[in-house]
Amino acid sequence: MPIDQCTAARINLEKIAIMRGNRLIMQNFSMAATAGNVIWLRGANGTGKSTLLRVIAGLLPVLTGLVDVKGAISLVDTITILDQSRTLEQALAFWAKLDEASADRRESGLKAFDLNALVDVPMRYLSSGQKKRAAIAVAIASPAPIWLFDEPYNALDNANMGRLDDAILRHAANGGIAIVAAHQPPTIAVTETISLDALSVKAMAA
Amino acid sequence: MREFATLVRRDLTVAMTGGGIGLPIIFYLAVAALFPFVTGPDKLLLAKLGGGMLWVAALLASLLPIERLILPDRQSGVLDQLFIRGWSDEGVAAAKIISHFIAFGLPLLLASVIAAILIGLPEARMGILLLGLALALPALTGLGVTIAALTAGLNGASALGGLLLVPMAVPLLIFGAGTMTENPGNAMQLLAATSLAMAAVAPFAAGAALRAGRE
Repeated sequence: MPIDQCTAARINLEKIAIMRGNRLIMQNFSMAATAGNVIWLRGANGTGKSTLLRVIAGLLPVLTGLVDVKGAISLVDTITILDQSRTLEQALAFWAKLDEASADRRESGLKAFDLNALVDVPMRYLSSGQKKRAAIAVAIASPAPIWLFDEPYNALDNANMGRLDDAILRHAANGGIAIVAAHQPPTIAVTETISLDALSVKAMAA
Repeated sequence: MREFATLVRRDLTVAMTGGGIGLPIIFYLAVAALFPFVTGPDKLLLAKLGGGMLWVAALLASLLPIERLILPDRQSGVLDQLFIRGWSDEGVAAAKIISHFIAFGLPLLLASVIAAILIGLPEARMGILLLGLALALPALTGLGVTIAALTAGLNGASALGGLLLVPMAVPLLIFGAGTMTENPGNAMQLLAATSLAMAAVAPFAAGAALRAGRE
């Protein structure tokens, strides 16, 4: 399944500095990604992984530096974007409609994480692992070429971690970009692993 | 445009299933039901004061849903997701105002028929009350969403919301209550003009508030 506008998708961050609430989170940070790349952002809690993803998504401004992102983005950070009072199918359908996802893609999102048996269950009855799978299914169903995943492996069991690995590799093989923020080492072949630990401003000051 | 309708429909479903939609209406009807107890069964007095009292009740009822208009979507990340998908903040605000109008404004209008019967408002007055409320509700719902966007996530948001909404809604209340007299024409025109201006500004004000609250 080809990714729409995949050839145009790219991320380019040049010497950015990010400030959050009077605290310098990172400075002089650069990274680049083009079609087919999987970038693994690794770092301990509080090193700015989520912040960096939100900067790439355009949700946070940078203090200095250049942020150049081309291509639609699918960000998976919270599991609560799916309405708790609706069934899994209805909750997914809302985002699929906004994303103008084709029926094929919606189906592949459900299939990638074996969610078909749960479609009639209200979201609030799902376990956190199941909610996580559903949130990632939104990204898989969307035609966006850029995936930004914040700790996607949390709450997943081994079988579903494997499915997520497969989904990310398939996305990259189809010309998508995946940026995965995680505290554990990569479980798949990645284009680049960026450790944010060394970049933390505290370490720099020392 | 189709996505806009999708968002409005989703907001309506969440409002219906997530609860909270009936509470303002029950509050409004409760005020109408209790009012005759304090004035006594004086039909003339009720007819004279009842209309204005319903206006106050409608304004206060519109305070109740403010907390669930924007805050849940901000906390759950839905607003961020819409922004990432290229939605303008004004577009999101407009969708929120429209769904709030349907989920709160229209039931309030229907409840006004019952409320007017409860306090024994003469039929001609009832028509004027409904017309006045119908004119004011676009502004009242727009104000509600704007203030919800401004106060989402702040401590004591509901108290602050009341503090902000009441003074801003005073012009609507004055002209609205003004229509409850022998000669409602002028007040009705002023009410329509005020409401139009407020309703037109609301999506932009609420959109700016959403933008400011994003970080």
